[in-house]
Amino acid sequence: MTSINVEEKLFQNRYKVDAGRPHIQIKDGDVCRSQCKTQQCTVCCPAGCYTAEGNGAVTLITDGCLECGTCRVICTEYRNVEWEYPRGGFGILFKFG
Amino acid sequence: MREKFDAIVVGAGPAGNAAAYTMASAGMSVLQIERGETPGSKNVQGAILYADALERIIPDFRDEAPLERYLIEQRFWMLSDDAYVGSTYRSEAFNRPPYNRYTIVRAQFDKWFSKKVQEAGGLVICETTVRELMFDGDRVAGVRTDREGGAIYADLVVLADGVNSTLAVKAGFHPELKPKDVALAVKETLFLAPEVIEQRFNLKGEEGVAIEMGGNITQGMVGTGFLYTNRETLTIGVGCLLSDFAQQKIPPYVLLEQMKTHPAIRPLLEGTELKEYVAHLIPEGGYNAIPKLYGNGWMIVGDSAGLVNSVHREGSNLAMTSGRLAGETAIELRAAGKALNTANLALYKRKMDESFVMKDLKKYRRLPDVLHKNPQFFTAYPELLNGAMHQIVSVDGTDKKSKEREVRRSFAQRRGLFGLMGDAFKLWRAFE
Repeated sequence: MTSINVEEKLFQNRYKVDAGRPHIQIKDGDVCRSQCKTQQCTVCCPAGCYTAEGNGAVTLITDGCLECGTCRVICTEYRNVEWEYPRGGFGILFKFG
Repeated sequence: MREKFDAIVVGAGPAGNAAAYTMASAGMSVLQIERGETPGSKNVQGAILYADALERIIPDFRDEAPLERYLIEQRFWMLSDDAYVGSTYRSEAFNRPPYNRYTIVRAQFDKWFSKKVQEAGGLVICETTVRELMFDGDRVAGVRTDREGGAIYADLVVLADGVNSTLAVKAGFHPELKPKDVALAVKETLFLAPEVIEQRFNLKGEEGVAIEMGGNITQGMVGTGFLYTNRETLTIGVGCLLSDFAQQKIPPYVLLEQMKTHPAIRPLLEGTELKEYVAHLIPEGGYNAIPKLYGNGWMIVGDSAGLVNSVHREGSNLAMTSGRLAGETAIELRAAGKALNTANLALYKRKMDESFVMKDLKKYRRLPDVLHKNPQFFTAYPELLNGAMHQIVSVDGTDKKSKEREVRRSFAQRRGLFGLMGDAFKLWRAFE
């Protein structure tokens, strides 16, 4: 089956990105790299914001974030996700919701 | 002089709007704070509106609320990989006003509901994120926002900040969500010309259909899918327990995309055009996961309090009802000259216990645990039922008695005789 590109889906959405002020951050990259075996955020994030890099690191780009909370809830073992809502007015702007 | 309101409501979803509207209508000074550009721009739902809960708040809402289609037909599908067994309930009784259920587009509906709050005298501020609650001793005294000089005070704070309720977690009112207590749902809104929708789904005018689905589309996970008809869009989505997503290692958008290729679903989506892709958590921990609903100077409503009946796919009506009851609690206590402290706000819990909200959640309190421990309800049974139907309806020269024997054997083989009896008992206990 053909590969599924989440970016194509996100492309239809409206965002007001708060440039330079990501509302979610990985607290300690070393924890993802050397301690976390599952890296579930890289599978479960419905916007594909988390990428498992070849060197074992996890990178996060929040621009496409749907603000669902999955990454925070799924990181049960290390609580390594610093999660806030974006500043008022920023982030995803649902046209339908 | 510092600003002080009778009540601050955090969030402009169904629960927050119901609470704000109820209190503002009774003459309370109400400030409602919403982080979205407009009310609704951060909110996600399937979405089906149950008229009753809103009617109790705004009796004539049908005259002006932005509604999509009223539902005259409900289909339930159990899907195997290439088939489905289903039931359909369609009734002319649903085709007579006042209609019972509607599909809605939340971005539009919530905006309208918020306008009603403002007409009732509530002050609504958008593009403002509440960062934390402010305390005076153990009493919630107000909120701190991300605006400059963002402290605002009130006698009462109603938390309607949604499923994640970071405010309640930060304040220690309830623990962080657990992956087994929330479903992650993803959904697409797809454009399709109204006349094609009507033809394809056997509808006229503003009639609509809801299809609820279970089975192999969730690939062994505890969850369901849906397809709803709006006026000129379809919404299709699937939601499964987050703990199951983590275990099965299937990205949610892959699950949705694979579901869309099912031979029973694909033809219904032909010619549609993607307009939006969304994701949302749904609190599905049920009765046993409900946190404390009130405390000194605060009440919590809707998804923030985990008020979702996952069996019947109801949430917004529980949200609106809890918001209304929270509002009525505040009004009654103020009228009696009573403080909005922990002891007096227990009235909100009593009202909730007497309402369908807690009664229904209590009825299904065992179900989340049963489904969690028995994935066969989402895997083996849909396949067995489809296999049985295939035996029964295909005519191939085999005598009927042999076919019946084959069906019985398939069930016994897959689940065992005691397994079948045990499953029946578990379901009966969970739904009793």
